[in-house]
Amino acid sequence: MKKNNAVLLSTPYLIWMVLFTLIPLGVVVYYALTDPATGVFSLVNLRQLGMYLPVLWTSIVYSLVSALVCLILGYPVAYFIAHCGQTAQKFLYMLVMLPMCMSFLLRTLAWVGLLNDQGIINNLLVAFFDWLRSLGGVFAGIPEDFGRLTLIRTPGAVVLGMVYNYLPYMILPLYTTIVKIDHRLIEAAEDLGCNGVQTFRRVILPLSMPGILSGITMVFVPAVSTFYISQKMGSSNTVLIGDVIERQFKQGNNPNLGAALSIVLMILVFVCTGIMNRFGGDEEGSVMV
Amino acid sequence: MKRTNRFITILIFIFLYIPMAVLVVASFNTGKNITHFDGFTLQQYVKLFKDDGLLELLRNSLVVSILASLIATAFGTVAAIGINGLNPKLRKAAMSLTNIPMTNPDIVTGVSLSLLFVFVGSKLLGQRNSLTFWTLLIAHVTFNLPYVILNIMPKLKQMDESLTDAALDLGCTHVQAFFKVTIHEIMPGIISGAIMAFTMSLDDFVISYFVTGLDFVTLPVEIYSYTKKPIQPKIYAMFTLLFLLIFVLMVISNVIQLMGDKKRQVARGK
Repeated sequence: MKKNNAVLLSTPYLIWMVLFTLIPLGVVVYYALTDPATGVFSLVNLRQLGMYLPVLWTSIVYSLVSALVCLILGYPVAYFIAHCGQTAQKFLYMLVMLPMCMSFLLRTLAWVGLLNDQGIINNLLVAFFDWLRSLGGVFAGIPEDFGRLTLIRTPGAVVLGMVYNYLPYMILPLYTTIVKIDHRLIEAAEDLGCNGVQTFRRVILPLSMPGILSGITMVFVPAVSTFYISQKMGSSNTVLIGDVIERQFKQGNNPNLGAALSIVLMILVFVCTGIMNRFGGDEEGSVMV
Repeated sequence: MKRTNRFITILIFIFLYIPMAVLVVASFNTGKNITHFDGFTLQQYVKLFKDDGLLELLRNSLVVSILASLIATAFGTVAAIGINGLNPKLRKAAMSLTNIPMTNPDIVTGVSLSLLFVFVGSKLLGQRNSLTFWTLLIAHVTFNLPYVILNIMPKLKQMDESLTDAALDLGCTHVQAFFKVTIHEIMPGIISGAIMAFTMSLDDFVISYFVTGLDFVTLPVEIYSYTKKPIQPKIYAMFTLLFLLIFVLMVISNVIQLMGDKKRQVARGK
């Protein structure tokens, strides 16, 4: 294609993206650096940020734990799918993707219904122990209403919510990487005397590193900025940075502080993806979903 | 090893689909409580189609997502072809720009667009209500564009450039060459990009929540407000229908891709 055509075709898009991604980020910086009351330049919002360091730390810890759990749960799944037949691969891939397209609000609400104190899981547990008691004998001593657990409004529930919602973001890049691994390399390792564990540790795992890194990023970024999951599944002890930002815009009416916090979140994500890309070498870090 | 993996995979799929099963079951429930199944009924579906308010929300969501994905697909296809022809340096810059909405957390994208619209609307244009249908549409097009472009770019790279040259040699204009050759070669990318954009748009809550005003509310934004009031079981019926719709869409796109692969294999004489 002629070069002029290329410039002509891509310019409207580039203008659009500058208008609606770069300039908005500039506006965020502008709001972060202005006083909410007077509208003049000030550092008052930035000075308040120190207060939110514990919240930021909680968010980082929760999302890192979730990303690790996703990796541990997601790897065997991705490995299994990558070693299925062609048609089965397509179908399973679709099944992993499908939940991502369904309302995550409703799916999270369903978890609330499952985990509630009077929820489905607790009802099942109580019903089970009631049944045991009805058998008599040793079980007759089980007290009424035995087996109820506190599941919702715990740190575990928040991690579960994150893992549930973002697990597909881990499985898909892992799958795309694992499926590309040349099978002859594994055979070569086996021929040269590696056992199963050694082959995995020395050949398969290093080759799936790009997928692991991009999976961790893809889980970490939405998890660290979520506000719905922590609001529905967490308690006042599990307030995350996303909650604070949402409140500044929708309830607290201090968009300037919210803007400053958004910048912090953006820098955090930027640093995180930067580190991941560094580890990933100069290979293209992001694997498309 | 393989057996353990299969076992874990089955467990994970159960884990992924249990909440959805709960919602589907709840849509047939006579009672209002999601945790108690009182009896089977189709009443919720009847109520759903009589509820104008709810149908309007669904219509709003569909209007935004269909419009945004169509605009983004057309705009993105042209842009992808353009970007593909740029010199490497410019192409890299364009791709970094494309990656901004992909790497930024949704909440930052939402907040930044909302601040831009409010800033331009209230400070520069003096509007009282600067968040409207149009701001929502702009936001959706913006976050849809990268999905379209990232789906089409690999297809353009795979495409044999001499095909376009041949068309031009045989007397096609650039536009004709595009519609007769290029578009067929990159069609799978266009379709999967469009479908991805549509589903992302339809389900988007975070960005919409920040950029939409009170006069145009989409379904996810409304569902979020149900956190304060109890949820109506009609919503579960709607979820079930949307689930079926998306499932069918995905199967269709898969079948199209599979057929495309087969056709290509036949064409290459395999």
